[in-house]
Amino acid sequence: MKSHVWRPLYVVLLVIALVLVAREILVPADFGVGSRGYMYGWHRPSNVQEWKQVSVKYRTAQYCKNCHRDKYDEIVKSPHAAINCENCHGPALGHPDDPRSLTIDRSRALCARCHFRLEYPTSGRGKIRGINPATHHPELDCVTCHWPHDPRKEGRT
Amino acid sequence: MISRRNFCRNSLLLAGGLAIPLAALELFDPGRLEAEKIDGKKVRWVFLVDTQKCVGCGLCVKECKIENEIPYDANVTRTWVERYIVTKDGKTHIDSPKGARDGFESSSVDIGHGKFEEIRAGEIDKAFFVPKLCNQCDNPPCVQVCPVGATYQTEDGVVLVDRKWCIGCGYCIMGCPYGVRFFHPVHHVAEKCNFCYHRITKGMQTGCIDACAFGARRIGNIRDPEDPVTRIIMTERVNVLKEEYGTKPQVFYLGFTKEVR
Amino acid sequence: MVHGEAWTLKEFFVYPNEYIYWTIQIVMYPFMTGLVAGAFVLSSLYHVFGVKQLKEIARFSLVFSFALLPVAMLPLMLHLQQPQRGIEVMLTPHFTSAIAAFGIVFTTYGMIVASELWFVYRRHFVESALALRAIAQRSPGQQLAHLLFSALTLGAMDIGEDALEADERAVKKLAGAGIPVACFLHGYAGFIFGSVKANALWMTPLMPVIFICSAVVSGIALCILTYIVTMEIRKLLARWRKQNYPELPSPDELKSAETQVVAMTARYLLMFMGAAITLELLDLVFRGYTAVKSWDILRNVIYERDFVNIFVIQYGLGNLLPFIIFLMPRLTIRRAVAGTMLVLLGVFMMRWNVVIGGQAFSSSFSGFMHYTLPIWPHSMETFKEGFFGAAMVGLVPFFLFWVLNKVMPVFKETH
Repeated sequence: MKSHVWRPLYVVLLVIALVLVAREILVPADFGVGSRGYMYGWHRPSNVQEWKQVSVKYRTAQYCKNCHRDKYDEIVKSPHAAINCENCHGPALGHPDDPRSLTIDRSRALCARCHFRLEYPTSGRGKIRGINPATHHPELDCVTCHWPHDPRKEGRT
Repeated sequence: MISRRNFCRNSLLLAGGLAIPLAALELFDPGRLEAEKIDGKKVRWVFLVDTQKCVGCGLCVKECKIENEIPYDANVTRTWVERYIVTKDGKTHIDSPKGARDGFESSSVDIGHGKFEEIRAGEIDKAFFVPKLCNQCDNPPCVQVCPVGATYQTEDGVVLVDRKWCIGCGYCIMGCPYGVRFFHPVHHVAEKCNFCYHRITKGMQTGCIDACAFGARRIGNIRDPEDPVTRIIMTERVNVLKEEYGTKPQVFYLGFTKEVR
Repeated sequence: MVHGEAWTLKEFFVYPNEYIYWTIQIVMYPFMTGLVAGAFVLSSLYHVFGVKQLKEIARFSLVFSFALLPVAMLPLMLHLQQPQRGIEVMLTPHFTSAIAAFGIVFTTYGMIVASELWFVYRRHFVESALALRAIAQRSPGQQLAHLLFSALTLGAMDIGEDALEADERAVKKLAGAGIPVACFLHGYAGFIFGSVKANALWMTPLMPVIFICSAVVSGIALCILTYIVTMEIRKLLARWRKQNYPELPSPDELKSAETQVVAMTARYLLMFMGAAITLELLDLVFRGYTAVKSWDILRNVIYERDFVNIFVIQYGLGNLLPFIIFLMPRLTIRRAVAGTMLVLLGVFMMRWNVVIGGQAFSSSFSGFMHYTLPIWPHSMETFKEGFFGAAMVGLVPFFLFWVLNKVMPVFKETH
């Protein structure tokens, strides 16, 4: 094409070529269309494995049961049966290697999550017995009088 | 000249003869058989929330933050619990203080600007709690609007975000009708609940399910007709959030009322 | 503080993760691209439709359109949480998203404008390159200029009659091709908002059309304004320099901004303004009439919380007043300046009312969010998404225009 009017087109083609080269270099090789199609599945598949490898922090009561059988048995027979150990003791993580011991949350705020009495008859909350944390022995920890592993028993016995 | 009997007989033979190859294709279609075999093994995660059972303790929110490394003090969360109080004057009061990370510490409703509205017990017609999380929609509008393919849906239905590819434009956050997405305060990319993908793919439950002592949250596989969650979804009165948007959400609610936003 | 928390105030029930995420930079972006599209359409009115009286302003608006183009990228770079990954829109575009169109449309439009400018200024490039080549001992500055102009010629040194005529034909074709691309550049920005079903205020098929019309309005208004201002500054500069260089043309010899040109251009301005306001009012009327689920909260936002922003500033000052100003007989330059500035205010407020207004209410339809523009930055975030970040975006085009004018002068008498 002899005419000079095509010169800008050559520049344009050069720019496009540069973008394509950049694509080759910068885009991960496995990027593409997944099983959900182009609209919902345009992604980098190796990311799925990355998400699967996130570390588990909470190991559930079934894990604690292996070593702390006595505590587990006591709780499972009590009104607090369905509460997971880690709700009050924090995540097990790598326990017993790391951390060597778990902190016990004895704060009033923790118990008040369920036992702050709210008169909601149309919800499960209305069925839980509770108190007003502002007036019910605000100077004490709940565990002074109540035993969390079995609330039918006296605390700190 | 063909007789009437022969004509009828030949026609029937012709029609029957044609039908056999077509029927054979149906019976012995290998593609469909393969698909049915694979279908039987497939997983599609669905979630079930029972709002009658939720007591608003917020332990699910706390566990989710720690399990999924969302900074505890940051005012964003992958899951949260909303409180609805309908009073006798017909008004609905809704709040979710810090997403119910610390439960509901006051009987007064948080209305923003540091102000609280007191509600007297006798005034309450109904009050209940509604946990919320990502619906992992079948037609996820957030995935549709991602300009670079940083968010996508897996084969088992979970919508994930590629932290190394997200450019942080926020279009997915604007595209979600449920307000489930946010910017991660540390990674500075889009973030949302992913059904604790690292747990469910190992045969565990999600963090929020483990934390809930009241059985308000359950997860199941809708492709498995024997799954107890699937049975409830199929046989009991369940509902979904904002069905009119056409997103086909996969979190099902029991005890859903018209006040729920 | 999470992103958005610093400038969002929540009232009543707002979902915990909801904040105002799209702020001033997302208001600036459609505003700047609107100016780009509008300036280009104005220039094309001369090149394609041969409206001879617009010749003066056509060359000017083409260069200005090119000066605005890189600036259109700037608000996006300032807004992205990961700006270094912005190039991914060109590398792995997901075309189901309107934002992915950005890569293609922006580059196409940029190349069309650049090509058109090349054809318009090729003769100037060749003449400058040859003149510099003739100088025996070039200073470093001249050497650089020589390299620049030689490169810009792309080796096409023929400036004979036939070659220049070929240039003219090419310009006409590019200007014609550029009009739909310019419309697309802004139409897709409207599509970005209009297609978000999750946002009750944004979701309407009218959005792309409203954006295009108001973009053309803003482009034309800015060109009229900058044209007038530039003409007046030239006369001012001439008056100062005349004292040192008496051989320069006198201020009287330099033409003023021609009232004819301004009045003619203003006519097109009014046409597009009429179209834009019709569509916006149509949208408003339909919403009120159909009163769907979101209408209760939208009514509160439009008629109460944002009443001043929408009806007083955008419609009143930004539309009604300029209409009156431009329709009154015997348009003066001074009135045109006031009118165009008000129009630009109106278009800016339209962007603001769409972007910020759309986030003024929660998706729960039971709460509100109030936006306070960060003025004094106390962090990188409040600078990028605050007043000074926006001011930077607003001022850079004028700086770029000044730079471009050195290479592609918009006025024949180059001084």
